Amino acid sequence: MNAPDPLTLPNLPRDEAGPVFAEPWQAQAFALALQLHAQGAFSWPEWADALSERLKAAGPADDGSRYYEHWLAALEDLVTAKALASGPELVARRYAWEDAYRHTAHGRPVELIREL
Amino acid sequence: MALRVKALESLMVEKGLVDPAALDAIVDHFEHKVGPRNGARVVAKAWSDPAFKARLLADATTAIAELGYAGGQGDHMLVVENTPTTHNLVVCTLCSCYPWPVLGLPPVWYKSAPYRSRAVIDPRGVIAGFGTVLPDEIEVRVWDSTAELRYLVLPERPAGTQGLDEDALAALVTRDGMIGTTRL
Repeated sequence: MNAPDPLTLPNLPRDEAGPVFAEPWQAQAFALALQLHAQGAFSWPEWADALSERLKAAGPADDGSRYYEHWLAALEDLVTAKALASGPELVARRYAWEDAYRHTAHGRPVELIREL
Repeated sequence: MALRVKALESLMVEKGLVDPAALDAIVDHFEHKVGPRNGARVVAKAWSDPAFKARLLADATTAIAELGYAGGQGDHMLVVENTPTTHNLVVCTLCSCYPWPVLGLPPVWYKSAPYRSRAVIDPRGVIAGFGTVLPDEIEVRVWDSTAELRYLVLPERPAGTQGLDEDALAALVTRDGMIGTTRL
């Protein structure tokens, strides 16, 4: 991310682990889980369970660098388990976005062409 | 990964399950407004105000809310105090429960499997890895966070800081000191 890191300012406790989010999508995934929980889509213990399942499956060799991949997978698990969206719906939407990125001229905002 | 998030997000927004403006606000909040600085202010106030410290140790959730730090997943907080004979270390062995409203987002190592397991098996070794070798006479207590209860370590006020005000004291408090992987 290009935003200045507030932790590098003098007098602030430094974060030797680097930026808290390595990439913007991680912050989005993080916010999405918080917001779905805030809206009552699932309880926090349900979320903690879903996430710990994914982390457990990743095994002891996992060093934390793929944390937000597990986070996103857990969120998809919970969203489909709660029937907020189906698996095929998620896949179809991902393809639609891929397509939109491929067909958007450089420098223009990427938008989904809806067939709703 | 980015497109998977986008797919999920756009579906949730369309179904009215999340508000995109609220999502942006959360991202902004955790990236820029929340960090260990909030926790540092809590610690600095506890060091300078004995009445606040007493309230903090008795009911951390309410005392922290006095400073305006509340909500998110830090709702139920317990503050554990380091003393000359005790040192506290916080971990979440199950996943990565963390007091976000006071410490911001968890560092990568806090979420790693080695930290999550070693903090319980060998807390002294973990703390030594962060640069502090604890003498044998200091007892180490390990606190395992849950979805319902988060811990914050209240470090000891460093010697020679009598003349400092809260701002100057807050600058001495580190995130790792409040997780307990270092001793201030």
